[in-house]
Amino acid sequence: MLAYIIRRFFYALPILIGVNVLTFSLFFIVNPADDIARMHLGQKHVTTEAIEKWKHERGYDRPLFYNEQKPGVDAITDTIFYQKSIRLFVFDFGYADDGRSIGNDILERMWPSLAIAIPIFLVAILVNISFALLLVFFRSTYIDVWGVIFCVVLMSISTLFYIIGGQYLIGKLMQLVPISGYDTGWSGFKFLVLPVIIGVVGGIGSSTRWYRTIFLEEIGKDYVRTARAKGLSELTVLFKHVLKNAMIPILTGVVVIIPLLFMGSLLLESFFSVPGLGSYTIDAIQSQDFAIVRSMVFLGSVLYIFGLLLTDISYTMADPRVRLN
Amino acid sequence: MSACLRQWWFLPLVGLGSILLLLNILPGLLSVKATYLWTDVFIFILLVMIAMFVAFIRSKEHLSRPWVKVFERKLSMASAVVLLIFVIVGLLDSIHFRKPLPAEQGDTVHFSVDVSSVLDVLTHALHTQVEKTYSAPFATHSFVKESIDLPDGGSQRVYPRLKYAGSHLDAPEEEKGYDIFLRMLSSLWQTFVFGSLVFLVGIYFVSIVVRQKFYELLRNIIGNHYRLPWVTAILVLWLILFIVIFLINTGTHYHVFGTDKVGQDVLYLSLKSIRTGLVIGSLTTMVMLPFAIMMGVAAGYFQGWIDDVIQYIYTTLNSIPGVLLIAAAILSIQVYISNHPDLFATSIERADLRLLALCFILGITSWTGLCRLLRGEAFKIRELEYIQAAQAFGVGHLRIISRHILPNIMHIVLIVVVLDFSGLVLAEAVLSYVGVGVDPSTNSWGNMINGARLEMAREPLVWWSLVAAFSFMFILVLAANLFSDAVRDAFDPRSHRV
Repeated sequence: MLAYIIRRFFYALPILIGVNVLTFSLFFIVNPADDIARMHLGQKHVTTEAIEKWKHERGYDRPLFYNEQKPGVDAITDTIFYQKSIRLFVFDFGYADDGRSIGNDILERMWPSLAIAIPIFLVAILVNISFALLLVFFRSTYIDVWGVIFCVVLMSISTLFYIIGGQYLIGKLMQLVPISGYDTGWSGFKFLVLPVIIGVVGGIGSSTRWYRTIFLEEIGKDYVRTARAKGLSELTVLFKHVLKNAMIPILTGVVVIIPLLFMGSLLLESFFSVPGLGSYTIDAIQSQDFAIVRSMVFLGSVLYIFGLLLTDISYTMADPRVRLN
Repeated sequence: MSACLRQWWFLPLVGLGSILLLLNILPGLLSVKATYLWTDVFIFILLVMIAMFVAFIRSKEHLSRPWVKVFERKLSMASAVVLLIFVIVGLLDSIHFRKPLPAEQGDTVHFSVDVSSVLDVLTHALHTQVEKTYSAPFATHSFVKESIDLPDGGSQRVYPRLKYAGSHLDAPEEEKGYDIFLRMLSSLWQTFVFGSLVFLVGIYFVSIVVRQKFYELLRNIIGNHYRLPWVTAILVLWLILFIVIFLINTGTHYHVFGTDKVGQDVLYLSLKSIRTGLVIGSLTTMVMLPFAIMMGVAAGYFQGWIDDVIQYIYTTLNSIPGVLLIAAAILSIQVYISNHPDLFATSIERADLRLLALCFILGITSWTGLCRLLRGEAFKIRELEYIQAAQAFGVGHLRIISRHILPNIMHIVLIVVVLDFSGLVLAEAVLSYVGVGVDPSTNSWGNMINGARLEMAREPLVWWSLVAAFSFMFILVLAANLFSDAVRDAFDPRSHRV
């Protein structure tokens, strides 16, 4: 197991390097630092000194790859590529445009993100799997047909509508919970209810259909017929036999996103003004803070690759036939 | 010559030729200057490709069989009709031109810098009747109070009458309901007369083409004696016709969906947004298809180091969260556009280029899924005996791929293309909200929602822009989803079992 994990770690390195080079070229080669500075300082009446000062404050005044003026190792290390890209590998994210440390911000802001993302993740799995099993239980009846059409209708509604409609209906008209905000500890509970409900409802359509096809695929197999022939009730067959055997395809889709829960939800967090990583990213995009966007891209890829590894490990737990090597 | 007539490519080619001819001649006749935006050109190419595709499918019995299965379902026939209407509106909005400015006799004619489309001409009444600011659907008075000078010198804060909406009424409070009711009745009546007329004339022409007796054809269609549910299609068309006629009758005298902050008709904005939605949904997949097919097939067929390289590329792209990659790319393009303003003649061209760039970027982030599917399928197919036989006979790689592998993976391509469409339309709204979507000056549902969202705190609520944008988007996406479900069921060999 350990050997496998170590080997996977070395497989992940080239991918991370690829991500790094891609973001580096997007941010520094497509547009020279001068252009970025000019846009930040306003298009017109920008003096060269102002641009130089802006670049110096953020460390963009170094050469891209090779610094001829520095001796020895510094020729490599005192460059934009080393300072801004290589340093990401040791999770040194540097500083945002407003001078705050990005690493500290991420550590601080991941908790609110998790407070929303984990309940959504767990409740959604519970709701969707139960709903899908219900549809499978009533397969090829009108309940199933209309259930699927209901899912298609839910899928066709924009996430933005769920958020805006939910805020208006539950927050404003019924006044059950505050429209937006965040608090730590138990007093924060009332702020979390609405985003969690909306997050779950927004995902029901597509996930339920996905689970349903997985279960339908299993239900035609021989072991199901055997189980029924033994005289087991349909519910036992579904919940014990079918659900267990459908675990592999379910894990493939579900485990990958567990690490990404840290990143939070872009839309939910910004609409409900939760100070998490999702709203952090959106704010960075809107204020065009490239340092933060670059860090989040890198962090996202690391978490995704970590998720792939988790998926493989989870296979061995769900299915004793799977061996990692 | 007659052999040529019977070829499958004959009709679409004639159609293409006549469209090109019309596009060349008409602007001169109407004394306007035709303008081709980048996306227009792509849409036109896409249209030609679809026409060729349809003609090719119709010519081969084994290819058209699954399509018959798709349209056999009433639900998918209805959604196809709805999609067709959306596409027609989008196409009308894709023929751009610049109107001539009034000039003295003998002067060279100058053309307006505003680019308008055929849709703009058809909805002339909608987008010229601009009010001052917000007004509710079917309102006759403004949404916002204004100070009005009284004749005795004082002033009073009242809701002023709108400039255009309901201006034909003397006492709007009493007459409005009755007026709208009358317009609805007359729309019903007009729908009935006009619809029946078109229906009967249409059937008459079809009866000539298929050489059947008129009454027989009519009876068969109404009695649903054909495999395809034509009655459903006709009923849906009739419903749409009623909506269109109702909108024409009321839209010229009221703002059916209200007006937005600067007094523009929301119905007009929603109609203009259709093109943006369709462009993003269709051009994105068109842009990514060649890459995905080439890379996927190459990886699965050649294996070895080619497979390794391609797998590395798509794993890398896949590992970056989609929104972030799009954001990063759009941000760099923004910097580029704002530093090179001299490249674009008009603002609509700049906005159009950003739309195209968005399509490319969305394509780059979304081709990986299809590529992986195709790689797996090509991997499986190359192990089959007929491929080995072909290899043993010394058939070249290119020929094996084009003759034996591509036809056998096309169903996957088709399913993915139709399934992706609705997701992309929805994604546009989210991306525009995040600030990395289409240009803020482009009409799109995402921009409408984004603009209306800021007014959510207002009391009473300005709800109509949101409702209009969400409903249009919902209808398009629902129709696309229902249709793509039918396509998947008909083409996916796995779906027959369950």
